[in-house]
Amino acid sequence: MEQALSDVRVLDLTRYVAGPYCTKLLADYGADVIKVEEPGSGDPSRRMGPFFQDEPHLEKSGLFLHLNTNKRGITLNLKSETGKKLFQKLVTRVDILVENFSPRVMPDLRLEYEKLERLNPKLVMTSISNFGQTGHYRDFKASELVLYGMGGSMNDTGTIDRYPTKKGGRVIQYQAGTIAAVATMLALLSSRAQGKGQHVDVSIFESQMASIDRRMSQLLTYQYNKEISYRMDLEEERAGFPVGIYPCQDGFFHIAGGYVFWPRIAQMMGRSDLAADPGFSTPLGQREPENLERFNLIWYPWITERTKSEIVAAGQAAGVLCGPVNTTEDLFHDPHWQAREFWVEIEHPVTGKVTYPGAPFKMAETPWRVVRPAPLLGQHNEEVYRELGYSKEDLVRLREGGVI
Amino acid sequence: MISLPLTGIRVVDITVIYAGPFATMHLADWGAEVIRVESIKHFQVLTRGGMARPPQELVSNPTRTGGIATYCGRDVSFRPWNRWTLFNAHARNKLGCTMDLTQPKGRELFKRLIQASDVFLESNAPHVTENLGLTYDVLQEVNPRLIMLSMPGFGGYGPYKYYRGLGVHQESFVGHTFLRGYPDSDPSTTSTLYHADEASGATAAFAVLAALHYRNQTGKGQFIDLAQAEATMPHLGEAIMDYTMNRRVQTSSGNCLPGAAPCGCYRCRGVDRWLNITVGSDGEWAGLCRAMGNPPWTKEERFSDSLSRYKNRNELDRLIEEWTRKHNHYKLMYRLQKEGVPAGPVIFEDDAYKDPHLKERGFFNELTHAECGTHLYPGLGWRMSKTPNRLRLPPVRLGEHNEYIYKGILKVSDEEYRELEREGHIGMDYTPEVR
Repeated sequence: MEQALSDVRVLDLTRYVAGPYCTKLLADYGADVIKVEEPGSGDPSRRMGPFFQDEPHLEKSGLFLHLNTNKRGITLNLKSETGKKLFQKLVTRVDILVENFSPRVMPDLRLEYEKLERLNPKLVMTSISNFGQTGHYRDFKASELVLYGMGGSMNDTGTIDRYPTKKGGRVIQYQAGTIAAVATMLALLSSRAQGKGQHVDVSIFESQMASIDRRMSQLLTYQYNKEISYRMDLEEERAGFPVGIYPCQDGFFHIAGGYVFWPRIAQMMGRSDLAADPGFSTPLGQREPENLERFNLIWYPWITERTKSEIVAAGQAAGVLCGPVNTTEDLFHDPHWQAREFWVEIEHPVTGKVTYPGAPFKMAETPWRVVRPAPLLGQHNEEVYRELGYSKEDLVRLREGGVI
Repeated sequence: MISLPLTGIRVVDITVIYAGPFATMHLADWGAEVIRVESIKHFQVLTRGGMARPPQELVSNPTRTGGIATYCGRDVSFRPWNRWTLFNAHARNKLGCTMDLTQPKGRELFKRLIQASDVFLESNAPHVTENLGLTYDVLQEVNPRLIMLSMPGFGGYGPYKYYRGLGVHQESFVGHTFLRGYPDSDPSTTSTLYHADEASGATAAFAVLAALHYRNQTGKGQFIDLAQAEATMPHLGEAIMDYTMNRRVQTSSGNCLPGAAPCGCYRCRGVDRWLNITVGSDGEWAGLCRAMGNPPWTKEERFSDSLSRYKNRNELDRLIEEWTRKHNHYKLMYRLQKEGVPAGPVIFEDDAYKDPHLKERGFFNELTHAECGTHLYPGLGWRMSKTPNRLRLPPVRLGEHNEYIYKGILKVSDEEYRELEREGHIGMDYTPEVR
């Protein structure tokens, strides 16, 4: 079957996380993505863990392998004049160019949009940067942590008695990559329809300021009522019982109870006799400390005897909103994701077969598909440069000149 | 200049709460005519409020202030459902009509709307569209070019198909909750957030655009099955790969980033004021030392290289915080950035509206809402050089565009329109029995 983006060609200068996730989305749905890396060293994420069998190696980074599936990889020294020429040739053959250097880099290389546009008027160029291509903070340095603190609702992440905390892993950069894929597709649609490309400016900072994970609502709460949001103590956040995260036999689970859902909680525990108990099923009853004590005496023995999957199955059967606090190991063994064939095994020349996260969505007509693993450094030099019309001898000279 | 990329595309939207509406927000922002179809006889909890008509007393005397779910002016005397921050945050640039899909006539009208549209998005639990008989196989007969995207939490098939949960439960299911929070504490102290909503909402918008691109090439519409959890798990890819490659189960590393030390959130002068600092190289460490005035302790052996700094990070954090506590967080950002150190304050809402960078880039846009008045709203997530754009329409009120949608699109006569009002399809107020 054909894929949704089979006719789309992408030149990919991105590194680290945000840019590569954007182009991974394009590549996994069929676009021909040519990833351009610096000769010798490549994308810095090749030197970031976790590594296959914990062995640091340019071809064994799990981060890199995950983020670069389905891309063809070439090396190119953009600082050399010959390299620039090759790059400009490539630009004329693609629909989309994505880069996530700091904003000064492309102009310093004399490869800014205004110049590339003259070579290819339909070109969509997406630039992803920490703060955007313009503005007061344009040249500021940032990190996953700094960007979440400035852009996202970090002021409301954690508890009030302690310091604010970040989200897990590098999700802020992944999110910016996802947003960049949306923006890039919009520019591609209008380029195809109207014959003109344009420059898309994605700021990770603004992608968080415009995030639906609390931020926009809280900004509006301030506009409407001059109220600031703050981190709560756990009791305040989880008013009522049972609400929040609780321990059980093999880990933790998350549950939404309170007086509203009390009858379902009672049913979940096989204690329908308590469903109408006013100490549990009314707002005032739930505020009395003695009722919380009574509840705890019933609740803790019940949960500590059960596994998280047993509790969640019982809860779901009773219509309770709940979920297990899964580890990556739990995820991998979960029957639901197995039934949906979410996990994919990908064969790679250096690591052999490894399991990866699969399709973020399933299109009925145009599937997500793995055609090739992440490229080895410079793996497709010959293939791609031959497509540009260079001979084997030319390639040898380019290699000797440090261009590729 | 180029017209908005989705000009001429019509989207029918029955998404709920956060994730689905975030997807349609992007489509509406960039030119699609997004039509929210709601019902005046059924109140979808959490989409336009906790309840349709909350008691004023409860709203005036909150147990906490701030947050995602408040009412404009804390005033619920008139149509509170049009004043809720959780909804109004994403509902700009959308149109809205009301229709009772539980009545056969409502479903008939809905199908006519589908016939006149390009895309249909929904984020309900799968039994909702099944019970209403509004599944893809039915709708594609009405409109063979239709792109339909369903985005329930767990997708359209599999053992958990009918599982119920909110964003916060998704977080736990996909492993995010376990991977964040205080590293010296167990997950029961981890606070609530909704990354799965932003991840799956944005991914859904991308999915629709990919399908539109394919339809432009081939004329074919299609069905897209998006499990919110599956759209989120790739965001945790490296932690998952650490398990699949090395059988290592990662836990929360708090505010630590791999390879960086010091790296953390440090208390500054004032109440609840914080600065994030990330030092990822010896050069940045030297910059931090200069910014602090090179105190003697920075020369100690235990902080001399990145590995030692990582091993002694608790002591290092304490010493850095002794310095940050004495200073204003914004001033420290400028001082550290000048020395080439990644640093920035934890920005609160009032800071955001004053932020010079956001001002310069015109991030906040003024909109006037007929019932809430004039305010600044958080704006677009990115810029497109040849498509100047800003927020255009205020958050859509319940049934605000009934006239246009019924008479303009569905070609309903004036007489029929009045009948539909009587039958509980058309209105701008929930019927009195709705709680």
